[in-house]
Amino acid sequence: MNVTIGLLLLQDGLTTGFLYALLSLSILLVFVVTRVLWVPAGEFLVFGALTLASLQQGQVPGTVWLAAALGVTTALVDTWHARRTGDWRAWPVVAAISLGAPLIAGGLIVLFAASKPALAIQVALTLALVVPMGFMLYRVAFRALADKSTLTLMFVAIAVHYALVGLGLLFFGSEGYRTPPFIAGRIDAGFTRISWQLVLVVATSAIVMVGLWLFIGRTLWGKALRAAAVNRFGARLVGVRTETMGALAFTISALIGTLSGVLIGPVTTLFYDSGFLIGLKGFVGTVIAGMASFPLAVLGSIVIGVVESFASFYASSFKEAIVFGLLIPFLLWRSAVEPRTLEAHGDDE
Amino acid sequence: MSYYRGSAFALAATLIMAQPVLSQEIKIGLSGTFTGPNATNGIPYRNAAEIFPSSIGGAAVKWILLDDATDPTTAVKNARKFVDEDKVDIVLGSTSTVTASAMMDVSVESKTAQIALSPVQIPEAKLPWIFNVPQPVPIMVSAIIDDMKKSGLKTVAFIGYADGWGDLNWNALNQVAAKEGIKVVAGERYNRTDTSVTAQALKIIASSPDTVFIGASGTAAALPHVTLKDQGFNGRVYHTHGTVAKAFIDAGGKAVEGAMMPTGPVVAAADLPDSNPIKKVSLDFIAKYEGKWGKGSANPIAGYAWDAMLLVEAAATEALKKAKPGTPEFRVALRDALQSGKDVAGTNAVYRFTPTDHYGVDERARVMVVVKDGAFRLAK
Repeated sequence: MNVTIGLLLLQDGLTTGFLYALLSLSILLVFVVTRVLWVPAGEFLVFGALTLASLQQGQVPGTVWLAAALGVTTALVDTWHARRTGDWRAWPVVAAISLGAPLIAGGLIVLFAASKPALAIQVALTLALVVPMGFMLYRVAFRALADKSTLTLMFVAIAVHYALVGLGLLFFGSEGYRTPPFIAGRIDAGFTRISWQLVLVVATSAIVMVGLWLFIGRTLWGKALRAAAVNRFGARLVGVRTETMGALAFTISALIGTLSGVLIGPVTTLFYDSGFLIGLKGFVGTVIAGMASFPLAVLGSIVIGVVESFASFYASSFKEAIVFGLLIPFLLWRSAVEPRTLEAHGDDE
Repeated sequence: MSYYRGSAFALAATLIMAQPVLSQEIKIGLSGTFTGPNATNGIPYRNAAEIFPSSIGGAAVKWILLDDATDPTTAVKNARKFVDEDKVDIVLGSTSTVTASAMMDVSVESKTAQIALSPVQIPEAKLPWIFNVPQPVPIMVSAIIDDMKKSGLKTVAFIGYADGWGDLNWNALNQVAAKEGIKVVAGERYNRTDTSVTAQALKIIASSPDTVFIGASGTAAALPHVTLKDQGFNGRVYHTHGTVAKAFIDAGGKAVEGAMMPTGPVVAAADLPDSNPIKKVSLDFIAKYEGKWGKGSANPIAGYAWDAMLLVEAAATEALKKAKPGTPEFRVALRDALQSGKDVAGTNAVYRFTPTDHYGVDERARVMVVVKDGAFRLAK
């Protein structure tokens, strides 16, 4: 172990740490707004990466059919719901998103995939195809359960996770994919060589984090989102539609997840089932932050990434044990520092 | 090679055997991982079954294919169906270690021979009925060690999966290396789904080995190789025989040029000397398989299926002389013929099963190949 190796390990840890941080943001956002433990966060990462990989090979990704099927299901469920309640106000928007997005993005992909469009267009198509699935999943699986207990919501999230992993296997097969790097090589910074990938990951994460912060802090939609997070009942009293906020949280979360997938594609070989473990580490990051604070969740996830990198160096066979073992002292510390506040918070609805 | 002249045997069998025997068809059950996480390894078996002959040793054959979806419970169910409903004479499968092992109990209990199509550990008690076709790991790893010795490489570092496959390779490496005087200087682990192995690669480079052995498989084996290259390791990199697939080269790209791995001789059949009995069998298999599935489609995995068929063919020819298909006597005769100690040349090995050795392969079962210009070529 010397300084050179230490710096390289730190870089590696930061690269994965920032990716975990992005996922932890998506998990935390969904949790505070809807109380759903977003287990399938990693699936969006995988779908993003594999969709882009298929596009780069000039193939039509399986997610096109998944999005189409999900879109039709959403439209049907919503029509039925609107008929039963007689409330058609949200229906046009939902139908437009759930049928329109797969039709337009999927249609463009089917038409132009073989001609291998420019990378930026591929990324845009990937986002346009995968992100609306977050919205659809909320409408189909979680909206009707908004008042159920956190435990019920978590079980539904696990069910959604298994369904998505199974579909991923069906659509992408059991082999892994890797996309070519956006920018190859490293920059010589004198004392160490910094990989372009790290720069790209950090820059994108920074943009996402600042964007999220501005959105939540400065816009009306963002403030409504925060109101729904702080107190759902109170937010409803002042006219915030918590349902819409839930859908918004899921969509933003899907956007962050898919974006991390696009970023991670060139770093590693991804399989249909890679998402869970990556998501789980983001989740550990949010737990370290007490499932409440966004900046702390980012910090926690980066710590996880760095610890993982150094653990891989010193004891690679125990790497996962060390990373998940971190949870125990943090949970002990949290329960000592802020006794019972979480329970009190959870009961106020 | 005599078993191979199928038509001659068909003729001989027709002349020798009584009519009732001929009218009896041999039933063979093949259960594989055609879907599920191990589908990549299962599908070639199903494809190979499409070109299996419809009669062997002069008797009609019914091949019964079932999918176990890489699920041990389903594999056992399939095995039950084979022996209870279909009353098969021999079971082939399954095509992953876990599912193949799960089927063993049914085969032993029903006294039906089973040819495993994925490397399995055969417990002593089950030895009488279980046969193994793919080369056991130590045979393959010893090919790597031989190559290291030949190239004058003295120290090796290991990085492999933190699972059963990684363990098998790690243990085999330690055993064989110690015997051959090669020093193992590092042993690192990673997971198939890991996003980075930079740390492990740095540690390996820090131990400055002459060469690195990656105990992984498929596309996930590319990650450590690419990372090692990226961090400036210029030595030779060896892989397991689980990487001999186009997908691996696709995933690794330019970085895996020069990678070496042991594999069944079928991969480099055209480059083998004519004296090698495997060459003729392999070329015949490749011609038939590619005739059905297109050029470049032949692979060592489909070769295992072909070998299992050849083994059954050779054994059935003998067994038909003793008993009628569909009877317990035929199943015993089939098993006895399988382990009679005769050489059977296949695409991946020359098999010689005896009552005590149900792996039946020797150093003829492997060659070293090298990745060159995006393809696997026989290493000189």
